[in-house]
Amino acid sequence: MTDVKCFHSSDPSAWCPGCGNHALLAALKEALAQLDKKPHEVLVCSGIGQAAKTPHYINTNGFNGLHGRALPPAFGAKVANKDLTVIVNTGDGDSYGEGGNHFIHNMRRNVDITHFVHDNMIYGLTKGQASPTTQKKHTTEVQTEGVTLDPVKPLAMAITMGATFVARGFVGEKNQLIELMKAAITHPGYALLDIFQPCVVFNKVNTFQWYKEQTYTLPEDYDSSNKQQALMKAFEWENGIPLGILYKEDKPTYTDQREVLREGPALVNRKLSPERVAEFFNDFR
Amino acid sequence: MDHNLLIGGAAGQGMDTLSSLFERYLMRQGYQVFVSKDYMSRVRGGHNFIQIRFSDQPLTSHRYSLDLIAAMDETTIREHLPRLNPEGYALCDEKLQEEKGQVLGFPLEASAKEAGNPKTFTTAFLGLLVKWYGLDQESIEGMILEAFQDRSPEANLKAYQLGAGLTETRIDLPQASGKDQILINGNEAIALGAIAAGVTFYSAYPMTPSTSIMNYLASKQSEAGIVVEQAEDEIAAINMAIGANFTGIRAMTGTSGGGFSLMTEALGLAGITETPLVVANVQRPGPATGFPTRTEQSDLSFMLTASHGEIPRMITALRNPRESFYQTARAFNLSEKYQIPVILLSDQYLADYSVTTDVFDYSHITIDRYIDEDSEYDHETPYKRYALTENGISPRLIPGKVADQIVLADSDEHDEAGHITESASIRIQMMKKRMGKMELLKDEIEEPWHWGTDQPEVLLLAWGSVAGPLQEALHLLQKEKDFPEVAALVFGDLWPLPVEKLKKLSASAKSIINIEQNYTGQLAKLLRQETGIFCQHSYLKYDGRQMTPEEIVEALKKEVL
Repeated sequence: MTDVKCFHSSDPSAWCPGCGNHALLAALKEALAQLDKKPHEVLVCSGIGQAAKTPHYINTNGFNGLHGRALPPAFGAKVANKDLTVIVNTGDGDSYGEGGNHFIHNMRRNVDITHFVHDNMIYGLTKGQASPTTQKKHTTEVQTEGVTLDPVKPLAMAITMGATFVARGFVGEKNQLIELMKAAITHPGYALLDIFQPCVVFNKVNTFQWYKEQTYTLPEDYDSSNKQQALMKAFEWENGIPLGILYKEDKPTYTDQREVLREGPALVNRKLSPERVAEFFNDFR
Repeated sequence: MDHNLLIGGAAGQGMDTLSSLFERYLMRQGYQVFVSKDYMSRVRGGHNFIQIRFSDQPLTSHRYSLDLIAAMDETTIREHLPRLNPEGYALCDEKLQEEKGQVLGFPLEASAKEAGNPKTFTTAFLGLLVKWYGLDQESIEGMILEAFQDRSPEANLKAYQLGAGLTETRIDLPQASGKDQILINGNEAIALGAIAAGVTFYSAYPMTPSTSIMNYLASKQSEAGIVVEQAEDEIAAINMAIGANFTGIRAMTGTSGGGFSLMTEALGLAGITETPLVVANVQRPGPATGFPTRTEQSDLSFMLTASHGEIPRMITALRNPRESFYQTARAFNLSEKYQIPVILLSDQYLADYSVTTDVFDYSHITIDRYIDEDSEYDHETPYKRYALTENGISPRLIPGKVADQIVLADSDEHDEAGHITESASIRIQMMKKRMGKMELLKDEIEEPWHWGTDQPEVLLLAWGSVAGPLQEALHLLQKEKDFPEVAALVFGDLWPLPVEKLKKLSASAKSIINIEQNYTGQLAKLLRQETGIFCQHSYLKYDGRQMTPEEIVEALKKEVL
């Protein structure tokens, strides 16, 4: 096990005191340490938002890109270096709103990356507007009549889009969260872990207490290979929200399915020479 | 000898098969060939045509006047007969039109039927053409058997022979003696340039006329060791390429104007994160969906400022397929040397025309990465991705390649380590660091091509694919006795703008004329902005069709004489 201290960043945190991100970050460092990862073996990608500041607060490689665009650079990075552990840490707005198209299609790719969604059901960075997961009737300075849009159901979406690891955690269940993170990181293929975390400033509805009361942990004998049951679980809300691995299956990853990636060393470690073009001139003779 | 053949018909009639066999055959016979395509945005029907020009001399353009028309439908005859030389002919099936004036009908359909397969119509037509020109018949028979190996080779061969039997040889072509050549278009040359440059990942979203770059690379994935990914949109395509470049491979993306519009935010991301990136914009007439299968040079102004905020960038317009190969490879070296985005500007005309050229010499190409390896890196001090250095270029490490060192890139304004900052003084340092690369790039840029006299009375200015037609227009102008001393500058590198030759040649010029495929004269605007030099006249074409040498000459005579 790596010493967790090697993941500490010197960059002072700009997150509010009491923000769920602190606990999430601590769990992530712990998970990486327990998996014996070294800082240089990991790349954390993010978009923009409070959660998207994560690459600054953890001592690993980081790519803090554009709002909604955390996944495409993560995909590109995994193509370039299949040996790298690529993790996306970003928010519910970034993942399910601005970046919705990339969310859908990277699940279809089953690219071997881990997607941790810091889901506080609100926009924090822009100060309190509704996010795709904000519940109906929740009023904000923009949604003055209360949210009228149906919230997205990210786990149900993921299951129907062919995601091979679909789970939910809560920062209030730290040990469980660490285990879920470890399972997600080691899962070969696209792993979605939607993590409930309270926003103490802008979401007065879905508080720590609310999450605590609304969530329950899936029983030990829950069968995570049953897709239909998983889909039912993904829709559970009013009468308790399940925590744990809802769905998991083994399917060939993007790397497994692409001959050029599957065979041989990571692309970044291949020796290339201009000479390789010579054999293609015959196509034009 | 200079012969211009047009093959026309509806989409789906097999013109491409006929043309690709015939043009390649001409090259193998030693001729110089220039093939341009005019196609509509539809899969079946409409009116498409291919112009095959061939000569014993190098060619750089299509031409207006035709020597022979191979018409597969009536529209072709109606549309193109006015372009036919008085000595020329239009050939077609006898059912379309019997012999009348310059139109000659032949029993081509009947020959196809006799060969046992009506689909061999185009092969019968090929036989007619080969015999018409008195070309060597034996060597094309092998090509036919190879081309149709999965689609009734014997019937096609028979149709070819029957077609050849329908005519006497009507044109006596001189022997040509071209050496080992290739026949290649702009997009294919970009793809080969990318392979030579060591590209291992190409992410793109299909968009005419850029798609054939992706198609060619996709067809070579295993052999070339390239991963081609069709992204969910252009935003994903460019962000994927950026992530891959950050992680240390050479990745590329390509699109046309509409897709580039979606890419602009990420272009800025490449700028501020100092991630090397090569993007090809194969222009078509815009705005919005515009004219999908037509040509225009109307994205130059857009490329100069694409992305909000200010970033260093390099823009190179490609002028012919040969250059497309070398400049693509060069773009990768410069993008890595200066850690900037480099934009390759092509257009539909260049993307789709094929021309014979000497086989590319890859021994001129080097792959220069400017990356610090583990062995040469100081492990004691933490690496800073944006370390301030004398020339503004920070040492580059690849994530995961150097033990105990991490690499952090950020789209926010950041400090040397890559962490978010709001410091005014760091902002100034980082802006100077990034924008200072534009000064360094000035040592890299290439002056425009210069044709004609050193002290012109008339100075012509153009860029990109107009090079080809303009070069031939200059040859035609030499025959115009009253036309004053003329020179042309054709820009490839456009940003930063090379100005030395422009300043020198414009000094003597009484008249400066910009020749562009756009409405607003975007090159002229750029030159005025950067040098104060003003173009008094312009020839601007924005109908989606590439200007011909003849059109340029006519326009210049109107402006100058």
